[in-house]
Amino acid sequence: MAVDQPVPTAPAPSGDQSRIHDIGYRGYDGPRLGRAYARRSLYSQSLRGAYGLGRSAKSKVLPMLLFAVMCVPAAIMVAVAVTTKAHDLPVPYSRYAIIMQAVISLFVASQAPQSVSRDLRFKTVPLYFSRPIETADYVLAKFAALASALFILTGGPLIVLFVGSLLAKMGVAHQSEKFGQGLVTVALLSLLFAGIGLVIAAVTPRRGFGIAAVIAVMTISYGAVSTLQAIADSRDNSGSVPWIGLFSPVTLIDGVQSALLGGTSSFPGGVGPSTGEGFVYLIVVLGLIAASYGLLLRRYKKVGL
Amino acid sequence: MPHVTTVGDVTVIVTESLSKRFPRVTALDRLSVDIGPGVTGLVGANGAGKSTLIKILLGLSPATEGRAAVLGLDVATEGAAIRERVGYMPEHDCLPPDVSATEFVVHMARMSGLPPTAARERTADTLRHVGLYEERYRPIGGYSTGMKQRVKLAQALVHDPRLVFLDEPTNGLDPVGRDEMLGLIRRIHTDFGISVLVTSHLLGELERTCDHVVVVDGGKLLRSSSTTDFTQSTTTLAVEVTDSDTHPDGTRALREALHARGIDTHDDGGGLPGAGHILLLTAQGEETYDLVRDTVAGLGLGLVRMEQRRHHISEVFTRDEQRKEAVGHGG
Repeated sequence: MAVDQPVPTAPAPSGDQSRIHDIGYRGYDGPRLGRAYARRSLYSQSLRGAYGLGRSAKSKVLPMLLFAVMCVPAAIMVAVAVTTKAHDLPVPYSRYAIIMQAVISLFVASQAPQSVSRDLRFKTVPLYFSRPIETADYVLAKFAALASALFILTGGPLIVLFVGSLLAKMGVAHQSEKFGQGLVTVALLSLLFAGIGLVIAAVTPRRGFGIAAVIAVMTISYGAVSTLQAIADSRDNSGSVPWIGLFSPVTLIDGVQSALLGGTSSFPGGVGPSTGEGFVYLIVVLGLIAASYGLLLRRYKKVGL
Repeated sequence: MPHVTTVGDVTVIVTESLSKRFPRVTALDRLSVDIGPGVTGLVGANGAGKSTLIKILLGLSPATEGRAAVLGLDVATEGAAIRERVGYMPEHDCLPPDVSATEFVVHMARMSGLPPTAARERTADTLRHVGLYEERYRPIGGYSTGMKQRVKLAQALVHDPRLVFLDEPTNGLDPVGRDEMLGLIRRIHTDFGISVLVTSHLLGELERTCDHVVVVDGGKLLRSSSTTDFTQSTTTLAVEVTDSDTHPDGTRALREALHARGIDTHDDGGGLPGAGHILLLTAQGEETYDLVRDTVAGLGLGLVRMEQRRHHISEVFTRDEQRKEAVGHGG
């Protein structure tokens, strides 16, 4: 049979197959998915980047740690509530983020510059704008990505609380309503913090400056507003307390959630703005979100190529 | 019915009295050019309006006056469609140091609208074509300038554009890297079938690479012609010889001998050391090289160098002015 015959002229197959053949240039005639797809891709890349996914191991440490820090108190509260068979959670859903504001501010301060300052510093922005996406697409994708990252950060512990409340057999209807109000609160907070963080970070290509500036704006304004509120309260001038609260991102969200979303306030004396004042808070929050989007658009119109 | 050749068939870029004025400067002044397929060099000094032109052609900056079309698409109204079919490599650094070339180019491919799988395949192909192999998995921060330039080129080619704009691609490269990059640019057209518009402030390096050269100065079109036109009449030879006992001034002896054979020479006016020892002459063709060689040998001198001089952009300006004067005198 021919099978048994050796074929000495045949080349050794193993060596040949391991060689890389230059098969020449091949064109691409597949689909080009255009602007909307590019915007979605930028969004998912930026969202993953906010948690260090697709980046170095080192850059995963801080966001993951902050996420854990956000969830641990919720887990402890749930554990206590379940073992003591409490009838309600020790902290309302919508107030949880206010208590944890320092952690959230730290997350914004570290991830907003990561998201936009790098593109400015390494001049990658022109590469985006030489492609089908426009300024508005870039801004929208970055804004939505950071807001979503913050929503995951602030919504995660609420889910822990909600699941815990169900395990502790608290009333489902009541808990669901409060949980929903909590999600609305953190959604507003995410949009507001993302907007403020990005506007500040987009001003400077230096990441360190961006981090310092975001921390300064978030914590100094909160510290100053809280101090002034305390002074006003102690001097029996409590009428001005809610109006002072309009001047820091944290107290703004606190005002909205305590007046309109069934939360309790961290304002001095535990008395938040009235419902009417709450609407002023809400208008200011929405106005600030819109303004930061507008400022970002203006900023990137200038960057160009 | 015979095929009628239309402007759309042969023209890649066309501009009609394109102007761009800023409050203080006029970056482009009624520029009208017509650029066909192939490799086209856009030459001009810094600030001549090269980058402004690219911005307008990408549909990113509106022209003050005039019209322009790229691949038959109007820059004023169809910018997004143009940017889908065109690649752009900027002059400056544009690469983040902490990601690998593969990750970066895949991301840029998706930004151009390629689906995820296609983006990865095209990235692997393109990086191989520009000459990046194992190192493509390492962070870009550790790359040499030449490798970074290749990554920049790869991101401009990854979506298989029909035209690429390369802004000063040889900037910062050493002579070897420069030659490799120019070879690569040539291949983009010959092997990949992609038209190229490449800018430089050095005419010499472009005339070897390009089919066509457009020279702009102060936003105005100075000259637009095929490179063969440029090189035909303008090849300058630099010749340097040694001195010998019979000819203590070898340079002078050669000059006189060449004059006797009807070749005009002029001294290198540049104030560099040894400049006085270099003779410049215009080569009419291959026979000029032979003539110089034979003359040097006949005098018994040593030939230190005989090389083609690269033309600097300023030579085009001076020749152009001379031509204008000649026309002025003639008319």
